[in-house]
Amino acid sequence: MGSRSTPRFRFTARARDITINERPRTKRGQLLTIGLFIIPGAIIYTLFLIMPIIQAGYYSLFDWNGLGPVTDFIGLGNYQRAFQHNVFQSAIVNSLIIMSLSLMIQLPLAITLALMVGRKLPGRAIFRSIFFMPYVFSEVITAIIWSFVYHPNGGLVNTMFTTLIPGFQTQGWLANRDTALIAVFFVITWKYFGLHMILYMAGLQSINGEIEESARIDGANELQVLRYITLPMLAPTIRLTIYLSVLGSLNQFVLIWVLTAGGPANATQVMASYMYRFGIKSFNLGFGSAVAVIIFAVSLIFSIGYQRSVMRRDYVGTV
Amino acid sequence: MATAVSKANSTPSNPPPIGRWLTRLAQYVVLIAFAAIILGPIMTAVLGGLKTTGELFAEPFGLPAVPRWDNYSGIVSSELFWRQLLNSAIIVFGAVSGTVASSALLAFVFSRLVFPGREIIFNYFTLGLLFPVTIAFLPVFIQVRQMGLIDSYFGIILPLVAFGIPGSTLILRGFFRAIPSELEDASYIDGCGTLGFFWYVLLPLARPALGAIVVLQTIVAWNEYFLPLLILTDDAKWPLTLGIMQFQGQYGTDWGRVMAFVSLLIIPAVLFYILTQRYIVTGLTGGELKG
Repeated sequence: MGSRSTPRFRFTARARDITINERPRTKRGQLLTIGLFIIPGAIIYTLFLIMPIIQAGYYSLFDWNGLGPVTDFIGLGNYQRAFQHNVFQSAIVNSLIIMSLSLMIQLPLAITLALMVGRKLPGRAIFRSIFFMPYVFSEVITAIIWSFVYHPNGGLVNTMFTTLIPGFQTQGWLANRDTALIAVFFVITWKYFGLHMILYMAGLQSINGEIEESARIDGANELQVLRYITLPMLAPTIRLTIYLSVLGSLNQFVLIWVLTAGGPANATQVMASYMYRFGIKSFNLGFGSAVAVIIFAVSLIFSIGYQRSVMRRDYVGTV
Repeated sequence: MATAVSKANSTPSNPPPIGRWLTRLAQYVVLIAFAAIILGPIMTAVLGGLKTTGELFAEPFGLPAVPRWDNYSGIVSSELFWRQLLNSAIIVFGAVSGTVASSALLAFVFSRLVFPGREIIFNYFTLGLLFPVTIAFLPVFIQVRQMGLIDSYFGIILPLVAFGIPGSTLILRGFFRAIPSELEDASYIDGCGTLGFFWYVLLPLARPALGAIVVLQTIVAWNEYFLPLLILTDDAKWPLTLGIMQFQGQYGTDWGRVMAFVSLLIIPAVLFYILTQRYIVTGLTGGELKG
């Protein structure tokens, strides 16, 4: 494609430039370029991202099994049903638990390790590579590895505990209602904290070391430097990672589904897995659409609120 | 350089205080402990592929007494594995080339051309950042089915492109904007038009950003699980993510074999990661993190 179209690009370009001599911009040629450049992306994006979401809003008003005609209008019935369903309520709670644990454990851990690896620790590149590695693995692979790690008899965790603690009773970590959600959260942290750590490391690197140095000369100890200089200067990165972490917890799904399928007895059900279980698996696409709309609405409200109030416009890139 | 100089200055005159050494030591102990938590499960999987299931449970950490290569050879000699690898490759190729091409064009328009309504259209495209494909799969599935794309690779590739566009366009736009306008003027003086500038100047200069997008989208497409699960009913078209779930369903209790399959996917992923780490980090941090 490249070799054939390149000369033509050049030719049009020259033809355009000749007319440019009279006016700085040829409006028509410019508009043609803009149109041709936007259209391919716009069509795919609109058809496969925007349309499905708008349609979800429409289908959510119907009792629809996904196969027959869409005729059974029930207004907000699906939404009412979802909010009254105790499994959906506990899915919301579980999503919130994962979110709070991420904010309270995953992010501080990522900051601490980023500070430890620091800006010039020998071997920092190796540690960074190791901590970030799980990010590239698929959720499916991660979940399979960890279902072995958590295996009720002979898995990694049980073997470790039985050797360290004599008389330790082996546990089915993912099969026990009390431990399943924590076990799942541990896997989420294992896979994703490296992402946050990398963002913090980037943030730390952009801080001018001379400011910290001059604080030390003025007599500040390391804790004071950290509290009054480093962390405040890291604030934009912290705001970004909080944002990513909240949205990431809302969207957490594949890992959980492969690890536990929302079980045992819905103990690890989150909003997205609920949508799959009660929308697609039980042939209720109208209901599933309503759940999708609820999740979208939560993400949207959080994003707009957070960006308006906290982040304003300082976020670095995006993931 | 700088560290060497400061070391040379500090070591002979005042020996490093014992406290500093202890902090360093503690730092390494903590970091190594966390590295072990990350690497432990991965190493267990890779070594586990060489063990019998009995060995794996009796001694999950150790080296296998006799490496059992037949776990691997059984998988590698099956035609199914190679077909699934090809299917994954088709999906990755389609999704990545589609995303890169369409978002490079969009990012160019949004960064270097001026026209009324530009910001509104740009905001329309960034709206998608709020709807990751991991939760939008149900609405996407309905749309793909309406368009008759069930059992077609396009039913997976096109949604992946659509969901890749917002983030990729945003990253590329940032890089395109950073390229000084003097270069643009110079290229116009040299006889390039808008398109010539885009093709001969901007794209080559934005190579790190394009690399980052290729790598990040490759990871997304390669790891995608639910779209193919919903859209491909014909299991001859399944990619490896579905293949391994099927394999685990079949040999669920034979962990040695399952781990062999896992390692066959993990080892290339680690190599890919080591080779492309630079691009991934550039893409995620906007080029701020070096070394």
